[in-house]
Amino acid sequence: MLSAYLEIIRMRFLMMLAYRVNYYSGILIYALNIGSYYFVYKAIYGDQTVIGGLTLGQMTTYVAISWMGRAFYFNNLDREIATEIRDGSVAVQLIRPYNYVYVKMMQGLGEGIFRLVLFTTPGMIFIWLLLPIDLPTDPGLWAVYLVMLFFSFLINTQLNIITGLFAFFLENNEGLMRMKRVAVDLFSGLIIPISFFPGWSKTVMEWLPFQAITYLPSAVFTGKITGAEVFGKLGIQALWFFILIIPMYVLWSRSRTRLFVQGG
Amino acid sequence: MFYLSLVIDYLKNYMKTRLTYRSDFWIEVLSDLLFNGLNLFFILIVFLQTQSLGGWDQEQILFIYGYFMIPYGLFITFFNLWGFSERYIVKGEMDRILTRPAYNLWQLMLENLDPASLFSALAGAVVMIYSWVRLGLPFHWYDPFMFILMVVGSVLVYAGVYIALTSLAFFSDAPTGILPLIWNIQNYGRYPVTIYNKLLRGILTWILPFAFVGFYPAAYFIDPGNWKWFALLTPVMGVVFSFVGISIWNFGVKRYRGAGS
Repeated sequence: MLSAYLEIIRMRFLMMLAYRVNYYSGILIYALNIGSYYFVYKAIYGDQTVIGGLTLGQMTTYVAISWMGRAFYFNNLDREIATEIRDGSVAVQLIRPYNYVYVKMMQGLGEGIFRLVLFTTPGMIFIWLLLPIDLPTDPGLWAVYLVMLFFSFLINTQLNIITGLFAFFLENNEGLMRMKRVAVDLFSGLIIPISFFPGWSKTVMEWLPFQAITYLPSAVFTGKITGAEVFGKLGIQALWFFILIIPMYVLWSRSRTRLFVQGG
Repeated sequence: MFYLSLVIDYLKNYMKTRLTYRSDFWIEVLSDLLFNGLNLFFILIVFLQTQSLGGWDQEQILFIYGYFMIPYGLFITFFNLWGFSERYIVKGEMDRILTRPAYNLWQLMLENLDPASLFSALAGAVVMIYSWVRLGLPFHWYDPFMFILMVVGSVLVYAGVYIALTSLAFFSDAPTGILPLIWNIQNYGRYPVTIYNKLLRGILTWILPFAFVGFYPAAYFIDPGNWKWFALLTPVMGVVFSFVGISIWNFGVKRYRGAGS
């Protein structure tokens, strides 16, 4: 059984590799976004040294690592699942001897490995050459960051699968998918670090799963969060991973009994 | 006259198709606004932490942002040719366009109208008027005319750049990925050019003139003392760039030989 899933990872990786040219321009696009936020933040800092617990140097690193982290964890599984449900091809998937949700997770992983090797890593080197970024020198910190980044991937993929599975219940979940995307970009700390948010809204953010996707790993990477607290944050990520299994399981077991294919 | 009546007929047609799926239309409007709201939200949060962004205060930045949204929304409404290469060149649809009596680019624009984006322009206008009042800017009788002139100039800048890039499809049928790249550069026009370094400022002014779709024309109203002359260049740049864009397009259409099959 495991070998089947490994094969799915490999197939997705190879499929992505066939379209790798798209990713060269992807690196430039991410670099442009990082550059735009870099100049804006530089202007915002002006002569203030610390805002929201971050110095300008840390902020630059934060922006770069957050976008390049996104290059790794991002995928379109929600859209893929919704399309398969709408055009009815999910019916074929259901009769195959594997678990549809696992298959999607593995396809996401294949895409993630591809993105890590051919997008995030060269992208980070490229950005490091362009902008004044302080990379941590402690190998332990790199190791912790990579583990946290893997959790980002898991949590983001779970949210994508949950959003996609809603297509079983809503005939058109386009609006939901777009709102999820805005929510992830905004509440995960990709656009603004959570520590910039004012009082009450910061508390709300800390109770949502989104901060585990970008803010926590990036804050650890830039050295905003240090020491024993790092493991606490890692714990929060692990906790969200386990909590999100529940809605995913419930949705999946409910949806199999109510599939109807429109048209077809 | 013929061209205007075409616009009205295509708009009617659009409304009819859209009213069949009313909820989809509103979902599209809402999510467009949400995506644009992200940037508004960014500005609002950031100004809780600081008083100035490179010497500009919150209302001034909001004014530029509001202005930026207006030509942007208008441009997207009329120019929605993102999949041009796949939909028209690879599938050979361009042949059909060329047999139509209207000018081919006009015909293409009409077939792809997207009036849902007008709501983005409307939201931008609301933000701009709000900050106009908050800033207590003087209001001259000629300001509305200047504003219209600036918006037309900005839309023409967009049109010139994107028509030129879309024409690349006539010369190479492989996707180049250059359109999304340029698409991300335009976001730089949303903030004052004074925050960028010299190189970027030069690029945004003369090569990919996206400073003319946001900052320069908006600065005409908020800081005319320093930026008046750059702002008045907006319509000139618009005419120059759209002329170049349309010339490349016409040259490309002449070269077009159909996709076979």
